[in-house]
Order: sequence, then structure tokens, then C-alpha cells
Amino acid sequence: MKEYQTITEISGPLVFVEIDEPVGYDEIVEIETPSGEVKRGQVLESESDIVAIQVFEGTTGIDRKASVRFLGETMKMPVTEDLLGRVLDGSGNPIDGGPEIVPEERQDIVGAAINPYAREYPEEFIQTGVSSIDGMNTLVRGQKLPIFSASGLPHNDLALQIARQATVPEDSAEQSSADHSSGQGPREDAAEDEATDEPGEDAPSEGVDESGGDLGEGEEDEGSEFAVIFGAMGITAEEANEFIDDFERTGALERSVVFMNLADDPAVERQVTPRLALTTAEYLAFEKGYHVLVILTDMTNYCEALREIGAAREEVPGRRGYPGYMYTDLAQLYERAGRIKGREGSVTQIPILTMPGDDDTHPIPDLTGYITEGQIMMDRDLNSQGIEPPVNVLPSLSRLMDDGIGEGLTRDDHADVSDQMYAAYAEGEDLRDLVNIVGREALSERDNKFLDFAERFENEFVQQGYETNRDIEETLDIGWELLGMLPKTELNRVDEELIEEYYPEESEESESEEAVGVEADD
Amino acid sequence: MSQATQADIDVVSEGRIESVSGPVVSAVDLDARMNDVVYVGAEGLMGEVIEIEGNLTTIQVYEETSGISPGGPVQNTGEPLSVDLGPGMLDTIYDGVQRPLDVLESRMGAFLDRGVDAPGIDLEETWEFTPELDVGDTVEAGDILGTVPETESVEHKVMVPPDSDGGEISAIESGEFNVTETIVSLDSGEEIAMRQEWPVREARPSADKRSPDRPLVTGQRVQDGLFPLAKGGTAAIPGPFGSGKTVTQQSLAKFSDADIVVYIGCGERGNEMTEVIDDFPDLPDPQTGNPLMARTCLIANTSNMPVAARESCVYTGITIAEFYRDMGYDVALMADSTSRWAEAMREISSRLEEMPGEEGYPAYLAARLSQFYERAGLFDNLNGSQGSISAVGAVSPPGGDFSEPVTQNTLRIVKTFWALDADLAERRHFPSINWSESYSLYKDQLDSWFVENVAEDWPETRQWAVDVLDEESELQEIVQLVGKDALPEDQQLTLEVARYLREGFLQQNAFHDVDQFSPPEKSYLIWKAIETYNDEAFDALEAGVPVEEITAIDAAPQLNRIGTQEDYEEFVEELQSDITEELREKY
Repeated sequence: MKEYQTITEISGPLVFVEIDEPVGYDEIVEIETPSGEVKRGQVLESESDIVAIQVFEGTTGIDRKASVRFLGETMKMPVTEDLLGRVLDGSGNPIDGGPEIVPEERQDIVGAAINPYAREYPEEFIQTGVSSIDGMNTLVRGQKLPIFSASGLPHNDLALQIARQATVPEDSAEQSSADHSSGQGPREDAAEDEATDEPGEDAPSEGVDESGGDLGEGEEDEGSEFAVIFGAMGITAEEANEFIDDFERTGALERSVVFMNLADDPAVERQVTPRLALTTAEYLAFEKGYHVLVILTDMTNYCEALREIGAAREEVPGRRGYPGYMYTDLAQLYERAGRIKGREGSVTQIPILTMPGDDDTHPIPDLTGYITEGQIMMDRDLNSQGIEPPVNVLPSLSRLMDDGIGEGLTRDDHADVSDQMYAAYAEGEDLRDLVNIVGREALSERDNKFLDFAERFENEFVQQGYETNRDIEETLDIGWELLGMLPKTELNRVDEELIEEYYPEESEESESEEAVGVEADD
Repeated sequence: MSQATQADIDVVSEGRIESVSGPVVSAVDLDARMNDVVYVGAEGLMGEVIEIEGNLTTIQVYEETSGISPGGPVQNTGEPLSVDLGPGMLDTIYDGVQRPLDVLESRMGAFLDRGVDAPGIDLEETWEFTPELDVGDTVEAGDILGTVPETESVEHKVMVPPDSDGGEISAIESGEFNVTETIVSLDSGEEIAMRQEWPVREARPSADKRSPDRPLVTGQRVQDGLFPLAKGGTAAIPGPFGSGKTVTQQSLAKFSDADIVVYIGCGERGNEMTEVIDDFPDLPDPQTGNPLMARTCLIANTSNMPVAARESCVYTGITIAEFYRDMGYDVALMADSTSRWAEAMREISSRLEEMPGEEGYPAYLAARLSQFYERAGLFDNLNGSQGSISAVGAVSPPGGDFSEPVTQNTLRIVKTFWALDADLAERRHFPSINWSESYSLYKDQLDSWFVENVAEDWPETRQWAVDVLDEESELQEIVQLVGKDALPEDQQLTLEVARYLREGFLQQNAFHDVDQFSPPEKSYLIWKAIETYNDEAFDALEAGVPVEEITAIDAAPQLNRIGTQEDYEEFVEELQSDITEELREKY
């Protein structure tokens, strides 16, 4: 390890050092300031006589006499199962006053890409207990489904609700293991597979047992629960407390690992935090057999940090000053979700981002949407109406929904019900604009039914409160109750047999009576 | 890659690394030509020379460069980036530089490590070669020497390499050979094996390029019916995220009547590629009934795989497509998404500190895009056969804004434009192709095919449907202001007919076993059924039947269910008579 005292330039988060022996790209650097403080950084650009270093903890206090040590390796995360239940700072150091972490392994934080050939296609339904997600934008294990929110909206409440309630219902898990030999399967077998897959791995069965234990205990339901990795980037101390308090209150903390980079922590550290979180998640999922749910908040702060570094390096900026490689950079985070053939665990990601100016064409939500498998869209109008959670299902989407639902997974009518509700709600929404101009009386009976549908959809289906946990049966039943407001002939997205089976007969009449009052004027 | 193993590389010259910045590495003292393939660092990461300035050579590296340090070795192979061509490419999934992903998995596990090279086609596997020519026959470049059964669907044709001088065959044998063994010798001393190499950035030669005259039947009503693509044509599918680009591309890959499909997943999602890998082996090819994979070559460079390999994956794909075109096949090539490709160019360009053009994209963006699309077309091959490449590029405009450079430069080249619409997608109108923004310039030249093969009045029927939809969008503007009931009765009826066109014809359920593939004959009958309803309804209206009664008939909603019927002919016939009967009863 060579030590230099040859800093030539300090600019924003960057430090330039003259060297006489070559240094590897991406290597980790320690900088000791004259006052004895040690800061860590990473090589951003390496030439034979000079390197550019990005300092994670900020460059305050560094002067040209500070000494620079190159550690000769890229950044690693010490991982172990004992991380569960711990709270760490944005650089991975414990801040909960607990014991020192004894790592089982140290893993490179820039994860390698999963070979698409080795991936297992995600299709195990995750029941979040939130109707607007389960019913309309179903989440599956191994998916990356961000929440697109904006300042002042309760995205944290929704994220917490999901973290608390998310479970894979037993029967659906079993079903999919029957479909896919390498899926859940009998746990013993899987443990053996894993042991043979990775010789030298001393205790894979332990991890499997533990997650199996979760399954047996069944705190919420009989389904299996998730280990939660929480990566906070630039959130306020107050928000951080809310999260920790909620985790403690519900007992979720013991199956969680929390990484905290707060709003007043150095922005550059935000570059590292999600990578530490995801490295931990991958370790727990693919080597210890856990099903891991990763919540990253707030990705907007992460992207701001990216822009800050880009600007400091005087790079040619792309759209709105964000670096041209932001797509690739974000993809390297988001793509670290999924399932791998023959491995027990899974990584499911729920990144949260706040859209600047509620604008979903802003580069951050835009690039995110192109990488993730859908998005859950929070809506300001619904929020002011008091709808909890204020999810606007129309611009929301889950790309992996189609394969995760249906007979044996959720229910045979799920896809059709969801499609039909989308179409009906969209039509109702359109008519609202018209009502503002011509009034309800001017509309036909058919139109009025759609308007009523949209109203009740928001107030009964989407609205449920953050403490209510609805199972998928309940969600779909509410859906049918609402679809019962429309005549059967309007249900053109639903298979006729399913209409016969589920259509609530009595409600049709009562609804049409209701509508008559409005329509009598015609 | 073409280099079988790293041990075999002929090192032409060696230099040393000067600096490293992400995927861009500079080397000094390297004797190299532009676009030569080089191996960087002790691990031998593959890269390509993209700039030479004095003694300084700039290289884009196709693998992650973490830990690479200045001073390390750079070896030049002296060969341009090329692909291996030969039997065994179908039913295979490659990364952006033609390394088979299944081989990579067996060598380095579930995660993609670096510094591992693998040949694009298996060098050991043997193939049954059946000659079509005899000793004494004279051959020229491109001529077909014989065949090899590559998959159950595709007969692979072994050709004289395009850069050969030709000559008289002095030896030709049938039997089992691997791809590097000599199967044919010429009197000039040239020995020909099944494997060919071709530099990816150069189009394979052909005799002539023609105007396309046959449609690529896609089985999607809105595409075949309103905006057809020709075999040998080019198309763009732009749309914001969530508007169904990938589903549309995958439907094309599944159902289009091409002989060979090359599907390039360029900078897209890993799970999406996995879906294709999982689905295609089980899905039957609508033409032959064999598994779809038997005619498909997949190239997957997901968004988190190295960005330089994303830049090259499009070239890898089109070169493979050209090879099958040379055999006389109709190839459909899907690139999802060309925007990611353009962004890879932008990223590399910005690392090179080139002067940016529009929105930071390099000034050569338009030139690269047109070079790519120009490699599509209907060709007369060197060997006299005719083959085509239809290129379909997805475009992902930021914020769904079609005025951005990639969309605009693409639209200047392609002749079919399928505009995806987020608004339609939100209301689950799929495929969400906007019928007023999309166009196809092949429409007229393909009409004769539809008239001959489907129905004589195909062009007229299409025009009728287009007119109704046009009228609807005009009327909708009024409806937005005054409501539907304020319109005259005939216009209300037009809206109703247009609704059936939208819901029964334009919409198609990609997840319904029957509806997902609609042959042109069926699409035509759906048009006809709706037209019958239109004619009968207007007759009834003229006879004084109120519009509410006309629209309320029981049979009409069945128009939306023709798509899902297997025995659609019978269903349509019955439906037409039901509609007629029900409406005529009213007056």
C-alpha cells in the first residue's frame, strides 16, 4: 500500500493526486486529513501519473498535505446474516450501538450483471394487502416496481404498509413450485441444491431454515414473509425516525437491515448506499435463501448526487444537467432484482422517487420507468380527497402482472376483472371532464353509470387506509361488487363464463334503479 | 467472438494502458488500425479501437473496467470486430459481442464475470452436410454448396464466402463435420468450411436491392390491416414507457411469417429477456408448428451489461440476419430498443469528449441510424436467390416526446411508423398503436398482394374503416364539448360503429390463445361484420328507428368477441344474420 502526499487539486467532491505507480480504476482510497480524520473515496479516473478521486464523506478538511492511501481493491461490503436487525450509516458502519459486525464474506459492491440465461422468470404473486396494487398492478417476487411520488405525498406510509404486509400466500407459493421445479420446492431439497452449488459455503441450510422458520411462524398470514433491506438516501432525520419507529413497533426491524444516509450526510455517499444495500440483499437472497424486499428512498436524491459529481468532473451533461450515463447507472441498481434458477431466494425492489414538479417526463422518473417493470403512481388529487393510499391506477402499471396472476396463483377472474376495471375507470375519468361542462343531467344513463363507477372505485376500492390488510379474494370481491354497477353487456373484457360465475345479480337491479333518478330527465 | 480461445489469439502488437475512465481506455505504443479488436489488461477484457491520435489509441471496452490500472498490457489482434457465422446460431442466446450466454453461465455461474471469451458457434458440434454440387462444378462467391439441417424448422445453407474468388470444386464430401473442418476444396487451393467470419460494421455484399412487394404478415389486425410492413421493409415503434413496445415487438417475433427471427434486446430488462428465453421454446411457430426458438436467434445485452457491448449488439444482430438473408430466407429483425443503442453511442462519445450534437448525442447519430436501417431490404443475393431483412426498431423517447433526436432521425428513414400511445395503454387498449398518428408508406405497393390473397375489396374495406375512425376523432372533439346526446342521430350511430372498430378490430388480446394471432382473412371478416352492422343500422335509422333502439340490439356487442373465436367464419356468418334480423324487425 503506497501513501502519497501529492494532492494537486481539490474541487467539490473531487481530489486529484499525482502518483508514480499506476492505480486501478474504481479502487478504494483512504485520505487522512491533518486533523487525523480518515475519509474514504473511490478512483473515478486513472491515468499513469494522476488520478481523480471522488470522496464519499465530503472534502471538508482535506488540504494539499493530506495523505492519500490506495487500498488496492475495489469497494467491498462485509456481509453476514447477522446484519439482520442492524442499523448502519450510508457507508455501512453500524450506528445502532450494537456489537461490531463480523463479516462472513466481503463482496464487491458493484454487482455483476445476472446472466439473463440464469434468471428465473418472476411469477410468484406477492400479496401486499393493498387493493390498488394487488388487484390492478400486481407485484411478484423478483420484480422491481418503483413508487412514483412527489413532495408532500404519503409514499412513505405506502412503503411501510407494503413492508409490513407483504407476504406470499402459501397456496400460490406451492402452486408455482409445482409449475417450476426450481421454484420454492420442498425446502430441504433446495438447501441441498444450494449446498452442492456452492461448495465451501458452510452454512447455507441455516439461512434456509430461518426463512423457513418465518414461513412456519406466520405472523400475519400463513404465507411467507420477507427480509427487508431499507436503503435511505438523503431523507430527513424525521423521516428516518418514522421508519425506524415503525419497524420497531411492528417487530419488522429484526428481519431488516437499515442503511441510513440522511439529508445532511455527504451527497457523494449516496452513490454508495444503494449499492451496499443491494449487495447485502443479493447475499441474503442468493446465498442464504431469503426472500428479500429492498426499499430504496429517495432515488431522486441519488440522481442529484450523480449530477453533482458529473458537474464537478466537468462532464458534458445530458438532459437537464444529468449525466449521459444516468440510464446505465440506474440500470446497474434496478437490474439487481430478480430470481436465479436453482437458488432459493429472491430480490424484489421497491424504489421510491419523488418527481420534481410532479412531472413524470423528468429524466429521473422517465429513465426509471424505462428500466423498472412498471410503476405505482401516487396522485395529488386523490390525496387531497383523502384517499389512502392515493394510488392512481391509470398511469400505474405492473409489467410482470400477467404471469403472476390467474387460476392457482390468485384467482381465475383476476386478469379480466382488472382489465375491465381499468377500462371502466378510464371511461369514467373521461366523462368527468365532460360533466364539468354540460352537467350530469345531459349525460346518458350509460355514461352516468360509468361516472358512478369511477366514484365508487376511488372511494371503496382504492381507499382502504394504511392499516387495512386485504387479501386478494377480498380485493377481487370488491371489484365484482363495483363491476355489478355496470350492465353485463358492458363487461366486454370479461370472459362470459366468469361473468356467469361472479357477476353479483342483485346489485344490478338496485344500481339501475339508482341511476333511473338521474336519467328520468332525459 | 471469432477468436476461439484467448490462447489462439495472434497478437499483432502490444501496447500499454495510459488511462482508464469507465468503459473508455487509452493505450500508448499500440500499433493498431481503427476498429481493431484488442484485449485490455491482465484479464484480457475485450475492446475495440475507436480513436487514434498520435501514439495514443482510444479503446471502448466491452466489459466492466473496475480495477484495471494504467501500465497494464493491451494486445491487438489486428482483426476488426467480427462474428462467427455458421450452423448453430438459431436456438441460441448471445450477449452483445456474440458470446453464447448458456456457455458463459456454465463457465462462470449466474453472474456475468469478465475476461471470459467463448466462440459464437460451437466448434466441436458436428453437422450432417449434404452437398448440392459435384466435383468439377464451378462456384463463385456466395454460391450454395450444400445444406445442413440446423433446426427442425430451418435448413442451413452452406455458402462460398463472399470474399472468395471462386473456382472449380476439386473435392466435396457429404457426412458429419464440425464447423471448422474443410468440406469443399477448390482448384485454387481454397478450402471452405461451414464457419465464416464477417466484420459486424460492414454490410455483407449482395447483387441488387429491390422494392418490397409482399407484406410481413404479423397477425396483428391493426398492423396488417391499417399499417402493413413489407418483407424487406423498415418500421419504427416509438412510445413512452408502459405503452407496450416490448409486447408489440414480441408479438411480431412470435407471429410474423418470417423464416428467421433475430431479436435484439438492446439495453432492456433482464427479466424480459428471460421471458423470451422461457416462452419461445414452448411456443409453436404459427407457420410450421415447430418451437419458435427453432427459427429464432436472441441477442441480449441488458441495461446493466457493459455499455460498449450495447453499442455493438445491434451490428452483431444485423450481420447474423444478413447471413440468413444470403441463404434466401426472409428475416425479421427486432431491435428493442434503438434508443438505448443511441444512448450507448452518446455515453461513449461523451467519454471521448467529442463535440456533442443535439441533446448530447454525437453528431454522427443520424448517419449511424441510417446505416443500420439501410442494411434491411429485399435483396437479390450473390447466389441468385432472393432474401429479405425486415427491420423493426423500438424507440423509447424520453418523456414520450417524439420530437427528440432519436425518434426524429429514425422517422426520416423508416417507412412504417407504429406510434404507441400511453393514453391508449392506460385504458388497456392493446396493441396501443395510435391509428391517427401511425402510417405505412408500403400500403399501396402491398395492396395487390392483399387483393390477390385475401379479398378483392381489401383496399376499399380498409379505406371505409379509416374513414369511420377519422370521422370519429372529429366528432369526439364536439362530444368533448357538448356530450354525445347533443349530436344528430346519424353521427351518434357513426360513433357507435367506430367504437366497434376500436374494440372489436383494433384491440387485440396478446394473452388470449386465439385472439393473439389474427390471420388477414379473419381481420377482413371482422371488418365485414362491422360493416354489415353499419349498413343495416343506417338503413334502420333511415326507416325511422330511434338510434337508442338500434344501438341496444343484443347481437351488436358480439362484434367485440369475434377476435376470440376459433371458428370465426361460422361465428361471423351467424352474427351478420342475427344483426340483420334484429334490426329489420324494428321497421
